[in-house]
Amino acid sequence: MRAFSFWPKGDRLTRWLVTLPPSLFLIVFFLLPSLIMVAASFRAPGEFGGLAPLAERGLTLDAYRFLTEDIIYLWILAKSFLVAGLTTMFCLLLAFPVALLIARSPKRQRDFLVLLVILPFASNFLIRIYAWIIMLGPMNLLYSPVAVILGMVYVHLPFMILPLYTNLEKHDPALLEAAQDLGAGAWTRFWRVTWPLALPGVLSGSALVFIPVLGMFAVPELLGGTGDILIGNLIKEQFLDNRDWPLGASLSLGLTAAVLGVAALSVMLARRRSGKLGASV
Amino acid sequence: MKRGLLLWCAALATYAFLYIPLAVVVLFSFNDSELNAAWVGFTTRWYGHLLANEALLQAAGNSLLIAFVSSTFATLLGTMAGLAMHRWRLRLLPFLVLTPVAMPEILLGVSLLLFFRQVLDLTLGMFSILVAHITFSIGFVAIIVRARLAGMDESIFEAARDLGASPWRTFTRITLPLILPGIVAGYLMAFTLSIDDFVITFFVAGVGMSTLPLQIYSMIKVAVTPEINAVSTLLMALTLTMIGLASRFAPEALRGRS
Repeated sequence: MRAFSFWPKGDRLTRWLVTLPPSLFLIVFFLLPSLIMVAASFRAPGEFGGLAPLAERGLTLDAYRFLTEDIIYLWILAKSFLVAGLTTMFCLLLAFPVALLIARSPKRQRDFLVLLVILPFASNFLIRIYAWIIMLGPMNLLYSPVAVILGMVYVHLPFMILPLYTNLEKHDPALLEAAQDLGAGAWTRFWRVTWPLALPGVLSGSALVFIPVLGMFAVPELLGGTGDILIGNLIKEQFLDNRDWPLGASLSLGLTAAVLGVAALSVMLARRRSGKLGASV
Repeated sequence: MKRGLLLWCAALATYAFLYIPLAVVVLFSFNDSELNAAWVGFTTRWYGHLLANEALLQAAGNSLLIAFVSSTFATLLGTMAGLAMHRWRLRLLPFLVLTPVAMPEILLGVSLLLFFRQVLDLTLGMFSILVAHITFSIGFVAIIVRARLAGMDESIFEAARDLGASPWRTFTRITLPLILPGIVAGYLMAFTLSIDDFVITFFVAGVGMSTLPLQIYSMIKVAVTPEINAVSTLLMALTLTMIGLASRFAPEALRGRS
């Protein structure tokens, strides 16, 4: 820790005064609601949404029983993972050339090329989905799984390009020159030098795409057919249409668990990689 | 340079993929036809329709008000969080600040809906939207402010102290002016996030209240009309202007996005 910074470290009063307001706000409006979500999943649904009074219906495992009894929920969760996986893969395929091109461009052009990536991303994401309604309508592709994947890729692509570029920009061009001098062809140079070094960027880009796609409901709702719903749509339905809040809460916890699992996996992979690199150097 | 050419083509294809759909939206906003299918002729009448669409104008007004108020509070709380996280080794605050940024938006949306309706028994509307927007914006402001602090040469504070400045004087005369670009960038970020948010607002808005994204969503749900193209085009022009201003006055805002 810094011995010296803008404020004396030992000043406990100021530390509390600065830390308390944001902490309190987020405890009340983020941590507490998240914990209540856990409790809600063990309650019975109210007649018109909400939860049934605790005194009348008590605690129940019904919401979880639903989830395990009907295979459809597991299927939709699996489908969400599939869509997130495919989206991540296509984003990677589209993003890598762009990121590589920007990283290998002259320094003066880089900022401009990055800006070109950010600009479409800055328009509202409903507009970006709407653009595909117009594009796909005449092609008879609207309301299909293809439309859902296309929309997902379109909405999340910059999340893959930017971390990849940040990684590729740091590569030392001397490594590629050395590989070439040693007789490696373009293919070998890519797979033996660029790709292994780019893996941390690939990993963080993948997490940034995979996690939001997993919970997305607007893209399947606007571009997909009735059979293309994902776990996000299921959660939305329980809270706003079917009004089975406990089931919605248990589905949300399932999504949370899936997200935590993916995040933990990516952290683990990153650690293992840096460990390997450390061992080989 | 066969390989370089291949890279250029692949990258160009991705750029085309990014821009063509939006270009089509803009193009058809000037098309004199109800259908977004074939070019018929030039018109600006869809923009005229927008001015007569009171629900849309009302929603735009709400969006602006919500963005102003929520980004002000989020900047205040987020700056405090950023300062605290930089100065002291904290456990709870970084978790509270960073988790909402990383998780799917729908989770924050439904948990706030549950909290407002079931626990507080609140009528959803302006207040619930404001609270939700402040909650998801704090983290972004805190990250930008902390990044600004982390990039600074700390010896400047030492110098101020050696010259006899009190902590408070050091803060107001040195720290604050130096992190101000970060705070402005954080404010712009929070403003953009608020005015753009659909998912979380969708859950906490209730029936009587609408924002611009909610209004656009319901327009898309009802029917695809060139009016939506027109409002999209206007919004894109607005965003471009905002980005232009930001890159001029607070370059950190753009870097913060990436």
